[in-house]
Amino acid sequence: MADQNNLFKYLLRLGDNALVLSHRLSEWCSRAPLIEEDLALTNFSLDMIGRAQALLKYAGEVEGKGRTEDDLAYKRAERQFYNHLVMELPNGDFAFTMARQLLVSAFECLLFEALSNSKDETIAAIAAKTLKEVKYHRAHAEDWVIRLGDGTEESYQRMQHAVNALWMYTGELFEADEVDAELIREGIAVDQNSLRPQWQEYIGQVLTEAKLQVPADGYMQTGSRKGIHTEHLGHILSEMQYLQRAYPDATW
Amino acid sequence: MATDTQLATWEVFMQSKPGANYTHQGSIHAADAKMALQNARDTYSRRSEGTSIWVVPTESIFASSPGDKEMLFDPASDKIYRLPTFYKIPDGAKNI
Repeated sequence: MADQNNLFKYLLRLGDNALVLSHRLSEWCSRAPLIEEDLALTNFSLDMIGRAQALLKYAGEVEGKGRTEDDLAYKRAERQFYNHLVMELPNGDFAFTMARQLLVSAFECLLFEALSNSKDETIAAIAAKTLKEVKYHRAHAEDWVIRLGDGTEESYQRMQHAVNALWMYTGELFEADEVDAELIREGIAVDQNSLRPQWQEYIGQVLTEAKLQVPADGYMQTGSRKGIHTEHLGHILSEMQYLQRAYPDATW
Repeated sequence: MATDTQLATWEVFMQSKPGANYTHQGSIHAADAKMALQNARDTYSRRSEGTSIWVVPTESIFASSPGDKEMLFDPASDKIYRLPTFYKIPDGAKNI
């Protein structure tokens, strides 16, 4: 029997990653460089909100205190969120958004493929559905990274700058703490560090094709597994949770 | 004239099920065929309507002029023997 508290925390991590990046991508609505890209980014956002909903709903059930997915999304404070820091970074320019999407989606393709074999049937089912979505996100981001990297001088500069700025947030994707360790032993979670060589190989191929430099691994940001965030998450939550904070339990 | 920053247009055709005709959905902007397929998917197939997509550069489509309508289509209407209603079905004939 899995320690339900570990499983709860693991589900919050998976759910919060989807929820926070979904919110970031939704900020592109009406602001993308092309109307088609506007639709693509908001579609991605909808994929992620669906994933967040499923994971947080299950988290609420595992916790067993009657909290719904909405309670978990809109009534937790900043320190109780466990998304990776890379998800909460501001969108920056379009190159930054696409570079992040590539780095994140490449990781998520590996993660959800592995999680589709989880011994937890609900996680396995959500992972199998998510895998189809993240493969498309990765393909879309890959094309843009190559197009902009191997594009004009300006698009190259912006894309290289984005990849460089994002790199120190990638180490966190592969971290594991005692929650992960326990669930890995039970066959529920995946050893994220074992996904790293494949991720590095794939990202290296794409960046090389895009005529971009692969940044050297240096200092890596960390903290999300303990609920420690950048200054940006609080601003996201103040917007995302406004309605529930101002009008608790509002319905319409 | 303002520069068009929205890339070239492509016409999108989608097949709703295997074997069905491809039906014109509308047009999208894209820089190349791969991007056109992705944009077509995001614009026209969000509710999983299709099995397959065609994209064609709009400039590759040649259209007849509406002014040629009479020349192209009117002659058909005076050849009433082209219409099935021209033929009388003989009594007792099951098929014709």
